[in-house]
Amino acid sequence: MNALAAIAPAGRASADGPPLLAIEDLHVAFSTRGGTVEAVRGVSLSLRAGETLGIVGESGSGKSVTAFAVTRLLDASGRITQGSIRFRGEDIARASAKHLRSLHGAAISMIFQNPRAALNPIRSVGRQIADAIRAHEPVTPGEARARALGLLKAVLIREPEKRLDAYPHELSGGMCQRVMIAMAIACEPALLIADEPTTGLDVTTQKTVMDLLAEITAARGMALILITHDLGLAARYCDRVCVMERGRVVEEARPATLFGAPRHPYTRRLVAASPTATSTIADLAVSETANPAPEEAKEPSPLVGEGWEGGMPPAERGRSTVTGMQGSQAHGGLTPLSLPRGGREEPDSPATALRPAPNQSPGAPLLLECQKLIKRYDRDIVAVAGVSLSLRAGESLGLVGESGSGKSTLSRLICRLIDQSEGDILFDGRSIGAIPARDFHSSEFRKDIQIVFQDPTDSLNPRFSAFDCIAHPLRRLLGMRDGAALSGRVRECGARAGLPADLLERFPHQLSGGQKARVGIARAIACRPRLLVLDEPTAALDVSVQAVILQLLDRLRREDGLGFLFVSHDLNVVRMMCERTIVLQNGAIVEEGESGRVFHHPRSDYARTLVAAVPHFEAGPAA
Amino acid sequence: MSQLAITARRAGWRFLSSAPALFGVLVFTFLLMRVLPGDPAVFFASGPTAGKEEIELIRKQMGLDRPVPEQLVRYLGDIGSGNLGRSLMTGQPVLSDLKSRLPASLELTFSALLIALVTAVPLGVAAALRQGSGIDHLVRFICALGVCVPTFVSGLLLIYVFYYVLGYAPDPTGRLDIFASPPPAATGFLLIDFALAGDWEGWRAAARQLVLPALTMALFVIAPLARITRAAMLASLGSDFIRTARSLGLPPGKIIVTYALRNAILPVLTIAGIVFSTMLGANVLVEKVFSWPGVASYALDALLASDYAPVQGFVLLMASIFVIVNLTVDVLYGIADPRVSVE
Repeated sequence: MNALAAIAPAGRASADGPPLLAIEDLHVAFSTRGGTVEAVRGVSLSLRAGETLGIVGESGSGKSVTAFAVTRLLDASGRITQGSIRFRGEDIARASAKHLRSLHGAAISMIFQNPRAALNPIRSVGRQIADAIRAHEPVTPGEARARALGLLKAVLIREPEKRLDAYPHELSGGMCQRVMIAMAIACEPALLIADEPTTGLDVTTQKTVMDLLAEITAARGMALILITHDLGLAARYCDRVCVMERGRVVEEARPATLFGAPRHPYTRRLVAASPTATSTIADLAVSETANPAPEEAKEPSPLVGEGWEGGMPPAERGRSTVTGMQGSQAHGGLTPLSLPRGGREEPDSPATALRPAPNQSPGAPLLLECQKLIKRYDRDIVAVAGVSLSLRAGESLGLVGESGSGKSTLSRLICRLIDQSEGDILFDGRSIGAIPARDFHSSEFRKDIQIVFQDPTDSLNPRFSAFDCIAHPLRRLLGMRDGAALSGRVRECGARAGLPADLLERFPHQLSGGQKARVGIARAIACRPRLLVLDEPTAALDVSVQAVILQLLDRLRREDGLGFLFVSHDLNVVRMMCERTIVLQNGAIVEEGESGRVFHHPRSDYARTLVAAVPHFEAGPAA
Repeated sequence: MSQLAITARRAGWRFLSSAPALFGVLVFTFLLMRVLPGDPAVFFASGPTAGKEEIELIRKQMGLDRPVPEQLVRYLGDIGSGNLGRSLMTGQPVLSDLKSRLPASLELTFSALLIALVTAVPLGVAAALRQGSGIDHLVRFICALGVCVPTFVSGLLLIYVFYYVLGYAPDPTGRLDIFASPPPAATGFLLIDFALAGDWEGWRAAARQLVLPALTMALFVIAPLARITRAAMLASLGSDFIRTARSLGLPPGKIIVTYALRNAILPVLTIAGIVFSTMLGANVLVEKVFSWPGVASYALDALLASDYAPVQGFVLLMASIFVIVNLTVDVLYGIADPRVSVE
């Protein structure tokens, strides 16, 4: 593989001696009802002792499957069909179960995504760590417990004596991941494999967990394979990064080289689609070339998607060529889907012709106003502590904060899904806070305030086709009957959200993640709302799909003059999508201001911590 | 400590909140008995020749001439003072009748449940571990068989084979051979009483009597228990923490028992509670086949005789046991799953 030539001996790794792990021409296949699916197709990798290797790629690229093949923890349906995995010189691709058991935990350990689920819910963490130790070393329960305590201290858990007897549900997600790390390093393995270890954690927690992982592996000389979809994370923590696409390693280099001057087209697309500290929506380039399997053309595979699923529908692709190179910072041959900031729209969009661009002058009327909103749950838990905010028509307001900061509660209050304890909400100058949440569905404002939910799968009724999902609010809120008017409207909304008409008859399980997100968006805009509350709308999507969806949302907002309340934990996304941003902490606003200012010159300590925790990579030519 | 206090509070709360349900059951049964055809006064009159006056007299004695609401209030008052009425059939107070017969039913049901659990859980685990294999299909076959053969058929079959043909089992005539002497009554549970008295000869005799009826009942409930164990084990084995345990190289036995089964046991516990309550009330057929002097056959006889008081007492007893069983399952749940006690 030509990319291997680019590897320079990495920082602390010793350049001499045989590699700790050498994967050669690994093939992994899964047997499914539809036949055999090759998830990994000829991966070759090598890793030296103490080195940190990043594997990046999108869902379906085979990065996790590679990790599970190395640890031989593949599902029953998956098997290694070809190639070798040499660990310390011996091939473990064909090792016996007994031999593998002696390696697991003692020589190779794994850290998983979703730490809470990865721990046994009804066993105290101390005993789980002790189990890990006693699986490989003949120590008494007392000794194991003492060592578990030491490990909890090593992973910097506060009050470790107390936590020893805690159950996973009593710990936060970050703490659970620390416990998982403690279990993984309990027997001092030479190789740690971390599979998306911080996905789903807050950005600050992510930083502490990753820093801890980096320190521990450095101090104990462990090699680390970090599998992630987050290029920034890989850039910050890895000596070397390889990019996987559809079961193959397409490029491998040091992070500065890789992200500074990506050579493979897929890497370039990935880099371009990843939000950075300075990127704009327009920068999230989406290429219409080298996209052999358009998203719409194929059935989603249950096990491995065919890699790049972020292709744009034909309609959008056509449009992106029209809008062309405006404001482009094209990365070598890419065509960014450019959306002019000033409200000028594509001439070919019929919707734009009808609707004037929103007036975003300060004089625009207030669309939404929250006055000292307070939400208390019983036992005096204050989720939202006196928040006042306002949103002008056509404005986009970002809401950021860690989990528990009250941003979801606040967005639910504004959607009138729950009742506030105190304070009022004005929409269009009229109080909607006085309407109880359970009666709001019959209010005239229900159709004005619509929501795009976080999980594109769970928020769609699995028994409803895409058409029915989109028609639902039209039937319920506008009282439309089946007929040409309804189907025309549904098709129009679908088209605006980038859903071709032939996809509308499909059910959610027949759609890909990006398509489901589009259905959710089409449903939300079906009633022509004036305020769209977006609750982490792209959190579950791959970066390339996220880029397309963000561009879609931004275009819809400009076309319809929608107000956006954009809730997200991804600070870069909020900065790109929103003119103004509010930072929430413990239910109260700690900072508010123009997005660029908040992110580049945060005033409050909390905002500064948040911003500093975001892992970045340097896009553009390497210095 | 606090964990205990939480459990106690939960239990107490559950107990209190089931009081309305108990009351509803009482009223419902009372009314039902009044609606059912058959006049107890006629039934208990001296004979077919009894005149109108005699029947009226019995009616009056039984309080049946009063309006129904008044009868209900008096009935509730009686229950409040621990008086469940008198069985016209046996001439004994219902309370003492139930007291003497309940241990027989409980002993039978507990033994049957024990046999069922000891059989069903390993079967379910084996089926889950070897999903789709011969064992899995065998377990499915056994379960289907257990469910589709009625208890009185399987009971008679067992009697035929083990008593009539092979002669292993004693006469299916109640809890103890008529010539054997019962142990000094302490708990009413023969096995426990014999053990307390140190009479192992008697213990064996009682156990031999118990085996066939208990087996008959167990056969019927193995199916739901085994199926739920299998399903719960499959879910548990497929979860992330099992993968974690495997990634850490834990021994297979530990993974299956401590990690998978401990998590899978929660739904089994729920089903076991339901199965227990059902068995206790529904084992009337088994009691009849084996001449077992339990509460269910007692209630059936009373029902056929239009004897109100024992039936009402029986229903009240069953409702109370149901509440207690649910409570126990709840408490056990709290112990088995630390997440439950939070809420």
